[in-house]
Amino acid sequence: MVREVAESCVDSLLTEMVASYCNRFYANKPELAARRIEAIGYQVGHQLSERYTMERPRFSDHLEAIKFICKDFWTELFKKQIDNLKTNHRGTFVLQDNKFPWLERISIDPSTDKVNSAEDDSFTTAENKAASTISMHLYYPCGIIRGALSNLGITCAVTADISNLPACSFVVRVKA
Amino acid sequence: MAPVAPRSGDAIFANIERVNAELFTLTYGAIVRQLLTDLEEVEEVNKQLEQMGYNIGIRLIDEFLAKSNVSRCVDFRETADVIAKVGFKMFLGVTASVSNWDAEGTCCSIILEDNPLVDFVELPDTCQGLYYCNMLSGVIRGALEMVSMKTEVTWIRDVLRGDDVFELQVKLLKQVPEEYPYKDDE
Repeated sequence: MVREVAESCVDSLLTEMVASYCNRFYANKPELAARRIEAIGYQVGHQLSERYTMERPRFSDHLEAIKFICKDFWTELFKKQIDNLKTNHRGTFVLQDNKFPWLERISIDPSTDKVNSAEDDSFTTAENKAASTISMHLYYPCGIIRGALSNLGITCAVTADISNLPACSFVVRVKA
Repeated sequence: MAPVAPRSGDAIFANIERVNAELFTLTYGAIVRQLLTDLEEVEEVNKQLEQMGYNIGIRLIDEFLAKSNVSRCVDFRETADVIAKVGFKMFLGVTASVSNWDAEGTCCSIILEDNPLVDFVELPDTCQGLYYCNMLSGVIRGALEMVSMKTEVTWIRDVLRGDDVFELQVKLLKQVPEEYPYKDDE
């Protein structure tokens, strides 16, 4: 039987990890915090894909490996598959999850909303804050995907696009 | 009659959203590893893990109270029992036991035989002095502080250090009387 824990354990751990790196360890260096969070994801992705591919033959090409991430790997983590996969057949893959679970429960610190008195300003500040908080949370899953693919022999860069929330697209660019 | 508090978290665990524990275990491990790289000192890693746990505990207590249906504990003995039997079960899916009470009933040990945090974990020699699961002690301290109990939580035994079980000593330092932020007659 597969061992399980409460979903809130993972949620709490991820929230606290991101908060610790962004607000305490590297409070004024967001790019360093981002790199550390991505590195944690990379390690987890690397280990998970090692485990999930133990009983499988090698993947014949990049597309096969990416499909494995979209189907089996995603299902192990989120109990569902990636909803849409696109590729330009030149090394770029876009994996879209229509409702990415890890973005569902992020709340933004309200204390930052009331700092500015000018209405327009405070709105932009709050927006920016929200956007940067969300992007900090995305370094972790990007790292997981990059780590998982690296374990399958694919060197790549992974970024996330959240212009269509709650949908989230992960863009994988394979390095030649 | 008041509803009887559940004596075990089995039913709650069966009904809440659960996820594959591997992700949790490996994420925790990767965090510890990254902290060791970034903070360098093992002592500092212990401290930061505890702090992170504390921050989690002060939030997790709300979910615990909302989902467990546990009513007010009559004394610290009952509190410890609820943590071991209900708390550990509903979040980590394992049951702990309570023992080694002192005469005053303010200090006891929570014993954990099965611990999902340490699946796949082996500590290298360079990590002597690391309390790998120190986040757990922070969670307990944080959660109890939110229900007016100041505690001190220390590791007595640790499987990663060669012991047969995990043993966490929970010591009640003081019980803070509840202060309401409002007056009744207003």
